[in-house]
Amino acid sequence: MLELTDIRSFYGAIEALKGVSIEVRQGEIVALIGANGAGKSTLLMTIFGSPRARHGVIRFLGQDISQLKTHEIARLGIAQAPEGRRVFPRLTVLENLKLGAILAPAANFDRNLARAYAMFPRLEERQAQRAGTLSGGEQQMLAIARALMSEPKLLLLDEPSLGLAPLIVRQIFAAIAEINREHGTTVLLVEQNAHQALKLANRAYVLVNGRIQSTGTGAELLASDEVREAYLGGAGHH
Amino acid sequence: MLRTPLREALLRPLRDGALAGFVALVLCLPIVGLPTSETANGLILRPRIPEAIAFAVAVFLGRFALGVAEAGRPRPVALIALLVAIAAPFIRFAPEFSAALAIGGLFVALRASLLAFPTLAGRITGGVKIPPVAIKRAPLVILALLVVLPLTPVIDRRLLDIAILVLTYVMLGWGLNITVGLAGLLDLGYVAFFAIGAYAYALLSISAGLSFWGALPIAGLCAAVAGLVVGGPILRLRGDYFAIVTLGFGEITRLIAINWSSLTSGSQGIAQIPRISFFGVADFTATPDAGRHAFHELFGISFDPSHRQIFIFYVILALALAVNAFIARSRKLPLGRAWEALREDEIAAQSLGLNLQRIRLSAYAIAASWGGLAGAFFAVRQGFISPESFSFLESAVILAIVVLGGVGSQLGVVLAAIVMIGVPELVRQLAEYRMLAFGVAMVAIMVWRPSGLISRREPSIRLGAAP
Repeated sequence: MLELTDIRSFYGAIEALKGVSIEVRQGEIVALIGANGAGKSTLLMTIFGSPRARHGVIRFLGQDISQLKTHEIARLGIAQAPEGRRVFPRLTVLENLKLGAILAPAANFDRNLARAYAMFPRLEERQAQRAGTLSGGEQQMLAIARALMSEPKLLLLDEPSLGLAPLIVRQIFAAIAEINREHGTTVLLVEQNAHQALKLANRAYVLVNGRIQSTGTGAELLASDEVREAYLGGAGHH
Repeated sequence: MLRTPLREALLRPLRDGALAGFVALVLCLPIVGLPTSETANGLILRPRIPEAIAFAVAVFLGRFALGVAEAGRPRPVALIALLVAIAAPFIRFAPEFSAALAIGGLFVALRASLLAFPTLAGRITGGVKIPPVAIKRAPLVILALLVVLPLTPVIDRRLLDIAILVLTYVMLGWGLNITVGLAGLLDLGYVAFFAIGAYAYALLSISAGLSFWGALPIAGLCAAVAGLVVGGPILRLRGDYFAIVTLGFGEITRLIAINWSSLTSGSQGIAQIPRISFFGVADFTATPDAGRHAFHELFGISFDPSHRQIFIFYVILALALAVNAFIARSRKLPLGRAWEALREDEIAAQSLGLNLQRIRLSAYAIAASWGGLAGAFFAVRQGFISPESFSFLESAVILAIVVLGGVGSQLGVVLAAIVMIGVPELVRQLAEYRMLAFGVAMVAIMVWRPSGLISRREPSIRLGAAP
């Protein structure tokens, strides 16, 4: 579905991605794990055309999207819950969701809204509240719900667990699993919380210093000593 | 507040005051102390050293007084400062000195009394909590007042003139609020569209014989087209760069108006612009031209020259309300939401599929068209336009109205327009001190209400039991 081939990309003057190739297949949850500064977020932003890949090809459903503008890429059916959530703080929850629904047929709005609220009941309670006044977890829920309102084929999630309490993290991950299972949405998940991400993912890539270091199924990587050592706080824990 | 011992309460302020006085002296010597004056033999210097020293001393005293007030003795300071302010006009020295002393004294008195009565201070500075009900009702009350205003006997020609002027700026402020408040683009050249509308009406009415009502939409269209043409390339720029280019655009428009004299008659301006008619049906004259009707005959009332002015008042009121209605409506539409989304977060908005360029351009061009309509109105009201009316200062004033009012707040723009345009017009006799008072007001607003007079943005959607 999504195929990145030998992508090089710069974050400012720094070469953040040094020839990354990954593949996401229809219906999968793929996790991309790695330490801070490994280039995970740059990879997601590069898929969205900002920054643009200096080298390599990004194919989505067979089409090369590496030269398209951000909004054109969104139009093809990719949505993201970006790093830092990026909800519109002075707009209400409902306004945020309406903005998410721009690309979906207007007739589906009510159904999609009901789905979003069913998944995150907190958002319904707070729908008239400004997004900036929500808690971090609620903002993350809103960012995911907003992305889903466009009925995407592929959902990109950037560190959805960042800065959230363990209970909320579990809720969010359960929601991601549900999105994938119930709606058939393909998910590419970027996470520092490697343990949770690998448990959820069908397959995963480990990104180190702008290169893919290893890949495998979530279970394989969870069991790999190398990954345990580097990202799961050493063997025997967790 | 901690009350420090007297010696200490005086020492620090003395030091601060001396420093402030010294800086003031350095500044005042060339600015106040060495003014040039024009004589038959050319420019000569007329030294006014005593005045310069007097100013520096006044600054010293003011800073000292503030320091003492802050060190825990605000009451005597407030009293003395107030007395100084009252006595100031009677000092026979230099009029500027009296004025400075009066304003400075009042400022110190105000600050000291705020320190002396903290609860009062809290009530004023903690943001006068304007009750939501008041904000909700205020527009209706203001509107009702405005509708009956011209018909009440208290209003005279001058007041009505000021009201029309204020409403013109309200309309411009609301128009600019689309770009600045909703779309989050800093436009420093809004006056260009005002000018384009004004010239469009003036030229169309004189050369093509179009009436105001026929030319009005064309003037709006001209401005919108200008907005599209200019906005296309410059909206690619970000933040400050965009602001600078709009600033240039405003100036270029004015320079074109000056230099394209075959079309605009240059800096002489265009006079004898046809007056407004009663919807093209009747004219506001005592003796209508052959084949035309007069307004007073149409309604069987006696002729009164103020009819036209009252009509003009209602026209600008209607135009301003149209902008307001447009903004209120657009906020609830996908387009308005898209503007706000881009203002809040460009990257997130684009990744939701919003076309940054096109949405910005729409905001810029729509705001431009409202500016054009206001310009046409300006031309028909004045009957005379010249490039002088469209200087950068106008853009700055309109922007100041938007910013002081509270970006994105419609009611705030009205209040700011009254404060910025109406009050100075009312106190025109004090022309000398107008700019000074204006500066003081700006500083006061920035200190106490940095996000504008009304900083609340009404959520565009309210649901269920929400108040």
